[in-house]
Amino acid sequence: MPDPSSTSDSGAPGPGDAGASVLVATQVEAERAPPATAATAPARRKLGVLFWICLGWVVAMALLAILASLLPLKNPNFQNYNALNTGPSLHNLLGTDDLGRDLLARIIFGSRVSLSVGFASVALGMLVGGTLGMIAGYRGGITDNLINAGSFVILAFPPFLAILVVEAFWQPTTLLKLIIIFAAVGAPQLFRVVRASTLAATGRDYVVAARALGATHRRIVTREILPNVVPAAISFALIGVALAIVIEGSLAFLGLSIKLPTASLGNIISAGTQNNNLQTNIYPALLPSLYIFLLLSALTLMGDRLRSRFDVKEVSI
Amino acid sequence: MRKYVLTKVVQLLAVSFIISVAVFLLVHLLPGDPTVTILGPDDTPQNKAILLHQLGLDKGLVTQYWTWLDNVFHGNLGRSFTTRQSVTNALSVAVPIDVELIVVSQVMALVVAIPLALLAARRPNRYLDRIATTTSFGLLALPVFVISTIGTLILAVKLHALPATGFTRLSQSFGDNLRSVLLPSIALALGSVAIYYRLLRSDLVGTLQEDFVTMARSKGLSTFYVLTRHALRPSSFSLLAGLGISIGSLFTGAFVVEYIFQLPGIGYQLWSAINARDYLVVQGMALVAAIAYLFINFVIDFLLTTLDPRVRRA
Repeated sequence: MPDPSSTSDSGAPGPGDAGASVLVATQVEAERAPPATAATAPARRKLGVLFWICLGWVVAMALLAILASLLPLKNPNFQNYNALNTGPSLHNLLGTDDLGRDLLARIIFGSRVSLSVGFASVALGMLVGGTLGMIAGYRGGITDNLINAGSFVILAFPPFLAILVVEAFWQPTTLLKLIIIFAAVGAPQLFRVVRASTLAATGRDYVVAARALGATHRRIVTREILPNVVPAAISFALIGVALAIVIEGSLAFLGLSIKLPTASLGNIISAGTQNNNLQTNIYPALLPSLYIFLLLSALTLMGDRLRSRFDVKEVSI
Repeated sequence: MRKYVLTKVVQLLAVSFIISVAVFLLVHLLPGDPTVTILGPDDTPQNKAILLHQLGLDKGLVTQYWTWLDNVFHGNLGRSFTTRQSVTNALSVAVPIDVELIVVSQVMALVVAIPLALLAARRPNRYLDRIATTTSFGLLALPVFVISTIGTLILAVKLHALPATGFTRLSQSFGDNLRSVLLPSIALALGSVAIYYRLLRSDLVGTLQEDFVTMARSKGLSTFYVLTRHALRPSSFSLLAGLGISIGSLFTGAFVVEYIFQLPGIGYQLWSAINARDYLVVQGMALVAAIAYLFINFVIDFLLTTLDPRVRRA
């Protein structure tokens, strides 16, 4: 059934929700499906312990990445030929890779790339897409039609392909370029989410009341509408971060992200699987995989919790 | 209905046009001289001029676009600089591999996801549902490159059975073909299972609350019959939409799997073309993949309208 929070105007699965509005299929679920347990479980009043554990984990990882150069870590690119493929030891806490580089340092420095591409691109995409979404949803009319059509054009490209091809033509790859490309691909998705929630909020009685009382547009948008848009926006932004991390990881795995020897989680895993490295030392492949798994689990869980905490309220009004 | 289809077709054509322009402009808009990128910085001006002429880059932009489009419509997507193979030729090798990968992996995913969702939705929040839902969360947090790495780890290191790499055509040997497609398909299917399960489950849970289901139950129909014959169809729209996006993106999104298992599908060929800076191949394949993505989503949209009478009327 067309769900109540459907993003397209007619409520029908137009190209908006069915065709292209999602980065990958994970997001369809988030966008089209009714709040997962709304029908059976009462709305969750609290975010739950798990949410805070996940948040704590993500914050801790982010701090590690930010403070990496201040921490007593080894140089992630220093090759110690006397200690190749050592297992975990006191000297190298997680061991070394096939070139004798300290794995712990590589993972933490590598997570910088993943985390900054993930968070910065979504933040940038949200700044652009979210602002346009609020303008389009609030103003309606031609403004809405124009911006909306623009978003469909970008959404018509398969996202991974778009990122890959633009990146291939825009050499050499740097962190900033990656962030810009990811933001450009993500912005239309975030635009659609924000626009849909803005549309829903704009129609509410209290907005009409505020308008009748003579409130300025600025006040209506920032005080009446924005607080209703933020929860949905954040929960989708978290999924966006997870997706960006997956895509950056895949690019790095294929050797198409940041150039070597700069560590990135994907290229550590990739190096760990090549040249029979798996037979000699499984840690360089296993540990970054584990890191990514835990990070993505935390992000998706947080997004899910936020949705089931806030969407119910939104739909029931 | 006719008006609806007509609008959709016009939209499809308009977006295809924009895609073709965007893909065409890729070579032009991005910074850098294409001759330098292709020939390297040290080549002679004569060679550069020849290349410019070969690429048609010495003419006006609009003329170039029309020539290019005309060639595309005649099945000529250009030629690889490195292998001299035509892009259409490369595609004729790549597309069957992708189609096979997509069909096998998606059938696997659906065969697991649909029964699981039916069972889980029958008693939401009970053990089976909890386990399946938690597992699906876990699977969503495992990107293909992680799944493949762990898979290789188990197969190669623990079981000493190296995963098969390379591709054997279906026409050559059925068994070898299956062996070369099986592991990559499983790697792709795992992620899809989680998505399909979650889409179908949440829609089913909603549908099972509806009056017509209670009605069917009170008529004494068996749970199995109600689930499969009454609840499944109205609950399958999100699933179908998800399927469309999955299939569309797998045409290019199977990169990682194709790279690991050395399958020369579109993703793999694009990857090697990008590494070789083989711009015409990238351009041609990107065009085909983007149009395929668009077209598959168009078909799915259309299917949705025929399945859901509410959309048809809208």
